[in-house]
Amino acid sequence: MKLERKLGKATRDAYGAALVELGATHPSIIVLDGDLAKSTKTDAFRKTFPDRFFNVGIAEANLVGLAAGLASCGKIPFISSFACFLMCKGYDQLRMAVAFPELNVKVVTSHGGISVGEDGASQQSIEDFALASTLPNFSVIVPADEVSTKVLVKKMAAVRGPAFMRTGRSKAPILYKEGADFEIGKGVKLRQGNDLTICANGLLLFEALAAAETLAESGVQASVVDLHTMKPIDQELIHKQAALTGAFVVCEEHQIFGGLGSVVSRVLTEGYPVPTEFIAIRDTYAESGQPDELMERYGLTAKHIVQAAERVLSRKKK
Amino acid sequence: MSKLEIASLCKQANEIRKDIIRMLVEAGSGHPGGSLSCTDILTALYFKIMRHNPKEPKWADRDRLVLSKGHGAPALYAALAHAGYFPKEQLLTLRKLDSALQGHPDMRRLPGLEASTGSLGQGLSIGAGMALAGKLDQKDYRTYVILSDGELNEGQIWEAASFSAHHQLNRLIAIIDYNKFQLDGAVREVLNMEPMMDKWKSFGWRTFEINGHEMKELLDTLERAKEVKHQPVSIIAHTIKGKGVSFMEGNNDFHGVAPTKEEGEKALRELEGKS
Repeated sequence: MKLERKLGKATRDAYGAALVELGATHPSIIVLDGDLAKSTKTDAFRKTFPDRFFNVGIAEANLVGLAAGLASCGKIPFISSFACFLMCKGYDQLRMAVAFPELNVKVVTSHGGISVGEDGASQQSIEDFALASTLPNFSVIVPADEVSTKVLVKKMAAVRGPAFMRTGRSKAPILYKEGADFEIGKGVKLRQGNDLTICANGLLLFEALAAAETLAESGVQASVVDLHTMKPIDQELIHKQAALTGAFVVCEEHQIFGGLGSVVSRVLTEGYPVPTEFIAIRDTYAESGQPDELMERYGLTAKHIVQAAERVLSRKKK
Repeated sequence: MSKLEIASLCKQANEIRKDIIRMLVEAGSGHPGGSLSCTDILTALYFKIMRHNPKEPKWADRDRLVLSKGHGAPALYAALAHAGYFPKEQLLTLRKLDSALQGHPDMRRLPGLEASTGSLGQGLSIGAGMALAGKLDQKDYRTYVILSDGELNEGQIWEAASFSAHHQLNRLIAIIDYNKFQLDGAVREVLNMEPMMDKWKSFGWRTFEINGHEMKELLDTLERAKEVKHQPVSIIAHTIKGKGVSFMEGNNDFHGVAPTKEEGEKALRELEGKS
């Protein structure tokens, strides 16, 4: 079956749609935004449930603190802004007022990664995976497409406790059919192959599938795994794949320090060490440009994954 | 308010002060100055003003108190114990391994704690969130937030101040424990917060300025605060750091250093003389 790049909604749009559906069934859900509702897509919730929506202004620290107070009174606050602003300006508050007391606050950020594009490095979050996953008690979720985003947003609401999700600005290729189910903490194997495992989250998942097709043309069969949850990480699946394939490539639209690659390699090292290569941003900030141009320049495309696969296969043979 | 009732509250505050000294001596570390400065405020709240039930700490309609200046925890713990939230014997476990009485408040560990604090500047936002939840649910509980003066340096305080006024959170009452010192020195020298009254007023708050150790004035003002409509309330309470123990009063060496055993005995003798 030939992989087709058919664009669906951006994951931020899927979040906005899921929130509206959740709002109807969960009267406790309160949505707060830091004056970016039109961009984070919480605006749809504002229009449908104006009494349960608050634009708190451009004040991320207060945004998080308010959510903590609401959560301690039984509300389920969803808070949104750009990933870089909420995670960086609200970090002490996320640590002290949300993570530490384990309050039921859902942090859903948009504009993750460099595919933000033309607005440039100040708006492109490349540190959010690391920041979120180092907070004890937090779940960290990075969905790849519209269908998985909608399901995972609903799962976030259903599980008590702090959770972080990154969504993206640009349209995401469709990977799943309507009706597919996802569990927080359980990866999804999208393609079976015994030569290596390519795992990814977010926009890199489609690139991983495309890379696997290219590799197949030269007789290399790759498994492709959607690790939409970074924390809790699906250790069982990672170890199973390591035993099956003996080589890994981990792909993410994030700084190489502290992201999915760090987590997967730690899990591999603890249980089943195999040669591993990494596709990530190499300790630098990006710049303005079209999303596709930036993904190419910073090494985040199927072509780069194929090269990493070849490297890891040569290491595996030694 | 009878004179007898006020005298009894002052006596209660004195008992709390004695426990603060005992706890800090036993712990060997902690913050005496800022605990003693907010003791009268906490006493007025827990023993007269607030609607709460120590037997039912999670009662949905209770008034909430957030100690934003989390380093004042010994005063809060002692007030909670005296109010009946947990046995007073537990007070001497302060800062010890496995204790529910952490160095700074951990709401998961101790009944009666409404927020985990200790990173300054956060409590007013948390309190505003609680007040907002009450407004959404059409509940009539109030949320009290105790802030330190040095804490007002934090920008988040003013984000929360703007938000609370914008949303007319009149059941949110901030009390500033204005003891004039922060860790490294006098507030007016480190980062002057004056004119404090004007700051709060200009942010849209109904503001009172009182002596934070005069029990009657505290009670009268807290009662008046309940009547305010459409505005959050701030009470600038002028206090003395280390209040109640002469050698600690206004002495910033006792900001974050516990009294020695000898100093503790001296302090307790002085406080005994007042009870």
